Amino acid sequence: MQAYTGKILHVDLTTGRSKIQTFDDAFAKMYIGGTGFGIKTLLDNQKPGIDPFDPENPLIYALGAVCNTMVPCGASKFGVFAKSPASNLLGEAYSTGQWGAELRSAGYDILVIRGKAAKPKYIWIDDESMQLMDASHLWGKTAWETEETIRKDLGDEYVRVSGIGQAGENLSRIACLINDHFRAAGRTGLGAVMGSKNLKAVAVRGTYDTCVADVPKLQEFCKDLYERARGPKTSKYRTLGTAANVLAMNKQGALPTRNFQAAMFEGAEKISGEYLNERYVTKIEGCSACPMRCEHIAVVREGPFTGATARIEYEPTMAFGSNCGVDRMDAIIKSVELCDMYGLDAISAGMIIAFGMECFERGLITTQDTGGLDLRFGNAEAMVEMVRKMAFRQDIGKVLADGVRPASKAIGKGSEAFALEIKGVELTGYDIRGLKTAALGYAVSRRGADHQRHGSYGPDMDGRVDRFKAEKSRGKIVVGDEDNYAIFDSIILCKFSRGIWNGYDEIAKIYTMVTGIPYTGEEMRKTGERINNLARIYNIREGLTRSDDTVPPRVMNDPIPSGVSKGSRVTQEDLDILLDGYYEARGWTPEGVPKSEKLKELDLEGYESILAGKRK
Amino acid sequence: MVRHKFVTVDPDKCVGCRICEYVCSQEKDKVFNPTKSRIRVVRIYPTVNASMTCRLCEDAPCVVACPRKALEQSKENGVILVNKDKCNGCGWCIEACDFGAIVLDPSKKVVAMCDLCQGNPKCVEWCPEEALELTSRDLLSQKARLGAVKKLVEASKTQS
Repeated sequence: MQAYTGKILHVDLTTGRSKIQTFDDAFAKMYIGGTGFGIKTLLDNQKPGIDPFDPENPLIYALGAVCNTMVPCGASKFGVFAKSPASNLLGEAYSTGQWGAELRSAGYDILVIRGKAAKPKYIWIDDESMQLMDASHLWGKTAWETEETIRKDLGDEYVRVSGIGQAGENLSRIACLINDHFRAAGRTGLGAVMGSKNLKAVAVRGTYDTCVADVPKLQEFCKDLYERARGPKTSKYRTLGTAANVLAMNKQGALPTRNFQAAMFEGAEKISGEYLNERYVTKIEGCSACPMRCEHIAVVREGPFTGATARIEYEPTMAFGSNCGVDRMDAIIKSVELCDMYGLDAISAGMIIAFGMECFERGLITTQDTGGLDLRFGNAEAMVEMVRKMAFRQDIGKVLADGVRPASKAIGKGSEAFALEIKGVELTGYDIRGLKTAALGYAVSRRGADHQRHGSYGPDMDGRVDRFKAEKSRGKIVVGDEDNYAIFDSIILCKFSRGIWNGYDEIAKIYTMVTGIPYTGEEMRKTGERINNLARIYNIREGLTRSDDTVPPRVMNDPIPSGVSKGSRVTQEDLDILLDGYYEARGWTPEGVPKSEKLKELDLEGYESILAGKRK
Repeated sequence: MVRHKFVTVDPDKCVGCRICEYVCSQEKDKVFNPTKSRIRVVRIYPTVNASMTCRLCEDAPCVVACPRKALEQSKENGVILVNKDKCNGCGWCIEACDFGAIVLDPSKKVVAMCDLCQGNPKCVEWCPEEALELTSRDLLSQKARLGAVKKLVEASKTQS
């Protein structure tokens, strides 16, 4: 096989030892890379049922098949996996930038980190050399300071760093991993897993070649793909960026506002992609081998947050903007900057502050809890300060730093009714009450509330289906979307580029050009299905049941109050129709457990023993 | 010499995507390996990006610095030619270059720099941002001159 290094680097922080394990074509073909490698490695390397902060919870980095090649939007993507401290189920998150390409240049496709260092350390991978370096001078530093200091210490400006800020050290369950300054493996609290290991960062520098199987064909195909990547299918990402969604979602009555108390925001114009680009975006940058480039770097030039600099996307704009009732772009940029520095998932951070704001307005918490902050919706300064308090676990930030689910349990007083999370992971920027296909996607998503495992808001938003209606047939749609996305997350291709690809056949074609491993479109689809089933097996092993595939109480009980989606909600009856349809389409039992035939069909029968007792 | 063409970057257009590095290493060594690329991207956070490669200096300092006379500047097109038998990878030329445009091939242990791909640089061809340009000092000053005059004309129009 070409492109792959075929190597897995295991590092044990407790003993300081490392070893290299190899994999063959069969493993590569069966799991492809990224999410396939990550979930498979986690399932096989983690003791069932352990606490996410147990030193034996492995923190896994996995690269995609096309990493460090010129395949558009795929050169540097990587996934990170562990048992999630947010959900106690599958933890997975993806990032881009340059770090991934560097790990492959150093000679590895998968990195597995176990154990716990006695003192703060960082891992330094320099081609075949692996060293545990002292990180006591980095502990307490931001992710940005850490990245810069490591480069300075090692005297090499091309060292790439993936690491944590203070939030990960303080074991915030929404802590993330930051690499290349503006990129984050954001969701499911993987930064806290790194922190729990007394690990501050993984620094990498590589000089090895990546060779592909068919250079002339790949070049010819890439030329075409680059053209497409500059065409209409990606224009949103290249022009206004994802922040264009603000006005689009607002118009559809699907823009989360004031902790989902509304789905339209009166201040939407002032947090729109148009407003952002006109006043704040100073540069658009790209990741490795990306011909479309989307990173909108925004800088605040006046006011209390002067100098704040962050890469701005729709999700954090929604989370810190409409969902906190804040119509100030400068405060949103500042909040995202702090999240990147402290290493907090900016989506969850905004969502949790919104939850805190509702608690405050309902009198469930007071200024006594907030350290004097008037934590009302719309108070931009209080919002920014609360980001800081969460990272350092001060005042109510101590509780909020663990996520909406633990926070609502700690605060109590009925706050569970407006805790917007699924499987312990905070909701993202789609009001799923009026997007029934997406609601199913969110309910069953393997990493908790999430639009990135299925993208099933697509059929709702573009009118392929009646978005207000729950039907069994949505199951098949979500299954198709999930399997497709699992392939994107394995190759790994940026989902912003999904519009330029013509189905599985084309992805199989490029996979073969790169790796030399024969693959058909149908085999691709099946591998997508295999990966989703593998994730289900993992989650069931860690305790997931049908009752975890659900939507938050507010989504079920409180209809959207106004706008085109007025009156929408997802009732228990709706949910049951959707779930039944989904499980059926998946070939799972009504309890959501993959049937033996399905395991056999997907060559996963080796995991039968995990599921045997779970079927009724 | 003023008319010798070389590859230059417009930092306002460069997004730091590193496609030039991938294309260059593929073209020259049939591998993907940015450390072998004759053009390297520099990113200074948060917003500075620029690809750097050989500028075909007059009286090239790298040629002067080489103690083994392994480097020679082509009279025809100004590119620096490396005699692979003479070069022992000592790195004097790398130190002499003001632009960091010379790379030491980590496997072959000889230096390499931009050879303009027979007059059709692949990095320029592939750059999706059109940030790279094959140009000469003469053309660059022409462009600057024209731009300056156009600005003056515009300014006088708005004033009158």
